[in-house]
Amino acid sequence: MFGYILKRILATIPVMAIVAVFVFLLLRLTPGDPAAILAGDAATPAQLERIRDRLGLNDPLHIQFFTWIGQMLHGDLGTSLISSTPVAGMIGDRLGPTISIAIMTIIISVLLAVPMGVIAAWRHRTWVDFLVMSFSVLGFSVPVFVIGYILIQIFAIELRWVPVQGYAPLSDGIGPFLTRAILPSLTLATIYVALIARMTRASMLEVLGEDYVRTARAKGVRENVVLFRHALRNAAVPILTIIGTGFALLISGVVVTESVFNIPGIGRLTVDAILARDYPVIQAMILFTAGIYVFVNLIVDVSYSFFDPRIRY
Amino acid sequence: MKRGLAAALLAGGVLSAPAVANAQDDGKTITAVMHSGLRVLDPVITTAHITRDHGYMIYDVLTAVDENFEPQPQMADWDISDDKLTYTFTLRDGLKFHDGAPVTGKDVVASLNRWGKRDSGGQMIFDVTESLEAPDDKTIVWKLSEPFPPLLNVISKQSAVPPFIMPERVAETSPDEPITEYIGSGPFVFNKDKYEPGASVTYDKFEDYVPRDEPPSWMAGGKTVKVDHVVWTTMPDNLTAMNALAAGEIDYLEQVQVDLLPVIENAPDVTVEMRDPLGFVTIGRPNFLHPPFDNKKVRQAALLALSQEDVLATMMGSDKYYKVCGAIFGCGTPLGDESGSEPITTGAHPEEAKKLLEEAGYDGTPVVLMQPTDVVSLTNQPVVAAQALRQAGFNVDMQAMDWQSVVQRRAQQNPPSEGGWNIFFTNWMVPEISDPLINVMVNGRGDDAWFGWPDDPEIEKLRDEFARAEDQEARKAAAVAIQKHVMDNVNYIHLGEYNMPQARRNSIQNMIPSPVPVFWNMTKEAE
Repeated sequence: MFGYILKRILATIPVMAIVAVFVFLLLRLTPGDPAAILAGDAATPAQLERIRDRLGLNDPLHIQFFTWIGQMLHGDLGTSLISSTPVAGMIGDRLGPTISIAIMTIIISVLLAVPMGVIAAWRHRTWVDFLVMSFSVLGFSVPVFVIGYILIQIFAIELRWVPVQGYAPLSDGIGPFLTRAILPSLTLATIYVALIARMTRASMLEVLGEDYVRTARAKGVRENVVLFRHALRNAAVPILTIIGTGFALLISGVVVTESVFNIPGIGRLTVDAILARDYPVIQAMILFTAGIYVFVNLIVDVSYSFFDPRIRY
Repeated sequence: MKRGLAAALLAGGVLSAPAVANAQDDGKTITAVMHSGLRVLDPVITTAHITRDHGYMIYDVLTAVDENFEPQPQMADWDISDDKLTYTFTLRDGLKFHDGAPVTGKDVVASLNRWGKRDSGGQMIFDVTESLEAPDDKTIVWKLSEPFPPLLNVISKQSAVPPFIMPERVAETSPDEPITEYIGSGPFVFNKDKYEPGASVTYDKFEDYVPRDEPPSWMAGGKTVKVDHVVWTTMPDNLTAMNALAAGEIDYLEQVQVDLLPVIENAPDVTVEMRDPLGFVTIGRPNFLHPPFDNKKVRQAALLALSQEDVLATMMGSDKYYKVCGAIFGCGTPLGDESGSEPITTGAHPEEAKKLLEEAGYDGTPVVLMQPTDVVSLTNQPVVAAQALRQAGFNVDMQAMDWQSVVQRRAQQNPPSEGGWNIFFTNWMVPEISDPLINVMVNGRGDDAWFGWPDDPEIEKLRDEFARAEDQEARKAAAVAIQKHVMDNVNYIHLGEYNMPQARRNSIQNMIPSPVPVFWNMTKEAE
């Protein structure tokens, strides 16, 4: 197992290197000038030129690339061209809100979606199944911001149970944290409930017809034990995959939800950086996101073996 | 599923019961949503409005304009020698930086020197500066080689880059390098620990600030802080900001998007009003380097083809928020004059424009018009303009792109067919265009001029006359001459004025109406 994990980690190096080169070139080919954002609208061309010089934007591409890679290899994510703050600190500040919302979303989604999927498969082609699948289609089709606005209107404006917007870290207390995190998490959960419920249902339908399920039932094992302990465990691999990818997706880009609920997270940081052509921030964010995907995939792969003992590394 | 969802919702509800407590309704903290997030903290290196607003929070200025555009003493009084060559400033008592150090003449000299390298008005003063020295801690002596009558106006201005006073060690930073220490002597202290670039910035009251005795008026007068903290929080979503204001989670919204006004107009405890009597202007800038706008007659045809009313109505929706105005230095400003503006203020004149185009021998050269699609306040003007120009016989090639692409491309001097351009649009605050020394669009120094690069010695002569004018009457005469010249030569197309309403909770009182949003004098009652 340890050897497998090590091998997987080493395999990420070429992936990250390719991502790095690709990101760097793509950004430099996109029009836009961070110096203009920095200096403002009234700056003269001569002023812009001086700022570009200072930021190293007039250096040849390969020099810029190697300077950046050199920094990265020293663990330095660089400094924002616009705000002059270290990129690592910016990501660190924004990570808390995003991870909190992502974890809450996944918890809510799994708690709701897995039982929904199991029950839909168990009651295949009945009204329960129909209801679950209808919800899935709906959850997938309605844009998140619409759901967000509806939830805000009901729970924040009409009922006044929770605030309209904002984020409170856990250090402010569980109450403030939950009241602010609940609506964005529920909003995002509508998509992931739909996704995970469909996957659970499909996966369960496959295993419910297997011999061991029939045997368990014949032996008189209680139905909920058959469903959740025998069948679900064997159906877990694709469900885990979708949960893992979902989590990585949540961390890398919940821009709309972060905007609607005014959460200072990673998604907004990335979009702001792209609009300002703040190269060091964009580059670090893309590498960071790639890293998250690689890491989450590794965790998912490793966790397969806990659910399916036939999988060995 | 339903039970699970209900349980989750209930958990949220129970934890927050009986109602959402507003964390900041103690009357000590004002939470404001500004027009943009604060990302650049050096108010000398950028002309961004939000950074200037930040500058006024934490820094003070030597002199400042009041609501009559008159320079008034702020940190210092002044004395001008009879030959108008020596300005002596005397710092008032009690001025202290946020680190406790007293403000001295050396700090002022270093700050003015750094500012003078960045600001175009400052550069003009330093062109005629013989020496700028601080003979003692309280005195600054500025000696000129020839009189520069608008000196006080330039150092008192509120846009684009006011000369904020910083400690000497900070002001010694190169003017092309951003400062890294944010210590001023202004009414608020920048809270570095709570700063998240682009998301949130917190200012604390500076307990040792000694305000002037005069009543506040724009940037001048007593800056008395009556709250403990001011938090600027960035909300990228306008609807969220309005909902948060209606729910009492924020106190102040600097700019309300006009089409979303109905959301809060009838909300209880919220007032929608105009903060700034001057507002903004929107303009189109032709490129003088390439056909067809290198030809004066073609530029005049474009002026005739366009209509302020059409552009403004499309942009703002309601005529409550815009004003047809032909004054390039702004209607209602001391230099505002509408001479020669009839072609643009009296509607579109496509037939006359057509005739003029024919006279000019326009050969159908495509006009590359850049349209930014991602900035709400800039996306409509190009569409209206393109249609109007087409009706007058121009062959318009409207190219949609994001604002960043416009910003980069407008700096290109290549022909339009090789990545250049013919015309783009942008907006300014009226104080940024209100006089010929700060309005960059009337600069006619060719390659050293603003994008579009008109080589216009005549306007430079007029600007020089303006700078040398000794009294307001002579200044005004020079400004009117520039107004007429700009309308005739079409240095840019002035497309009229508009205003953005602000919204505040009624618990916020005593705001000073001013072009720069200021948080002194403001009070907040606990809700």
